[in-house]
Formats: sequence, structure tokens, C-alpha cells
Amino acid sequence: MPYNPALVAPMRAEMTRMGARELTTAVEVDAAIGDQKGTMLVFVNSVCGCAAGNARPALSLALKHPVRPNEVVTVFAGQDLEAVVRARQYFGEYQPSSPSMALLRDGEVVHFVHRHQIEGRSPQVIAADLTAAFDRFCGAEV
Amino acid sequence: MAGHVFHPGHAELHGITVVLETNGAKTYVGRYDSEDAAGVHLLDVGIHDLSTAAGSKDDYIRKSAKFGIRAEHKHVVVPAAEVARITRLAEVPV
Repeated sequence: MPYNPALVAPMRAEMTRMGARELTTAVEVDAAIGDQKGTMLVFVNSVCGCAAGNARPALSLALKHPVRPNEVVTVFAGQDLEAVVRARQYFGEYQPSSPSMALLRDGEVVHFVHRHQIEGRSPQVIAADLTAAFDRFCGAEV
Repeated sequence: MAGHVFHPGHAELHGITVVLETNGAKTYVGRYDSEDAAGVHLLDVGIHDLSTAAGSKDDYIRKSAKFGIRAEHKHVVVPAAEVARITRLAEVPV
């Protein structure tokens, strides 16, 4: 059962403030990812205070990097159930976890950050990993 | 990892995804929850069983680190006497 919308509203707002576009239905996910070109980061948001509480600031920091994905979208695990299920269908053999982040290029997952790579790590450390992936996959010469 | 508590008020590993190796054929990968008289409680758990698995334990752990856990069990309790080693999955090179 989804959490109280009022509880998660600040977690949604944190994502949209950094420029992420919310996808709340399977139709919206298909429209965004189905024929995706260029680079896109998909952030699977979560209510987990400790993991997502570090992952969101980490992404916000990483998005200040000069090289970044063309677009950032987000789905909310435990909230927008249909959208999350559909988004995960685009992640191939990467198993579900939340929070997590998938970096796509032309529809293919080129980098994935699992929950276990977020747990117990500071936003700065997570952001450093993300920006390294941005440099590798989102630059002009890829 | 000593000294850092991910979820204040809980055990050091609470909420952390770990690899729990046993003295037997089974290796568990899941989120550490707690330990009590029954044993170590793990959530969202994948299990590698040497007696039935096609691949090696090391491959299973490495794939779990890279691709995530294929969680087949919501909750598993591993008796403390069977626990050989617990490490963070994040420490496994991918």
C-alpha cells in the first residue's frame, strides 16, 4: 500500500527542484524511455530515510557537474507502483532495488547504482561515482 | 566499517546489504535487519546453494554486486552457529 502522499511530497519536491521530471504512470514511462535517445538518468526514489536521504542530495550534487545526462526522470517506489514496474522493465538484467539510479544511453543501461552502493555512503562519495559515470557516458566523445 | 551506524538506534549493519557466508553449502545475500536468539535476520534475500546451483558461489556474489539481488525470500533467519562471515555487498569488486 502506498505511503501517505503528504509524507512523500517533500521527497518528490526534492527531485523536481533539481530538475528531475516525475513519471507517475506506465504511459509516461513509455513515452520518456521507450524511444529514448541520448542520455537519461532514471532515479528510483524511495521513502528510506537513510539510503534515499543520501541518494537525493548525491544526485543534486552530481547534476552540478558540467557533464551530465540530457535528462533526469524519476519514479517513486512504493508510491507510483505501475510506473516503477514499467521503468524496471527497461533496466534489463539489473534487479529491482530502491533507491537506485540507472543511467541510460539510447535506451540501454550503461551504468547502474544499486541501493547497496548507496547505503552508508555520503552524498559526496555517491556523487563522485555518478560524475565519473557522467564523464564516461555523457560526454561528447562517447 | 566499524563505528558507522547507518540507522541510528539499530545494530551497526541494520539496513545494509550483506553477504552472509555459512559453514555449510548456503550463502545468503540480503539486507541485514537484526540478530537475536533465533539468529541473524535478513530481508529480501537471495540464496546460493552449492548443492544445487549451477554456478560458483564467487560468481553468484559477483553477479549480485553488479546486477543486484534476485530476492527469492522476503525474510530469512540464519542460526548464529551457521554464520561463518558477514561482509558488505558493496565491498565486493564488480
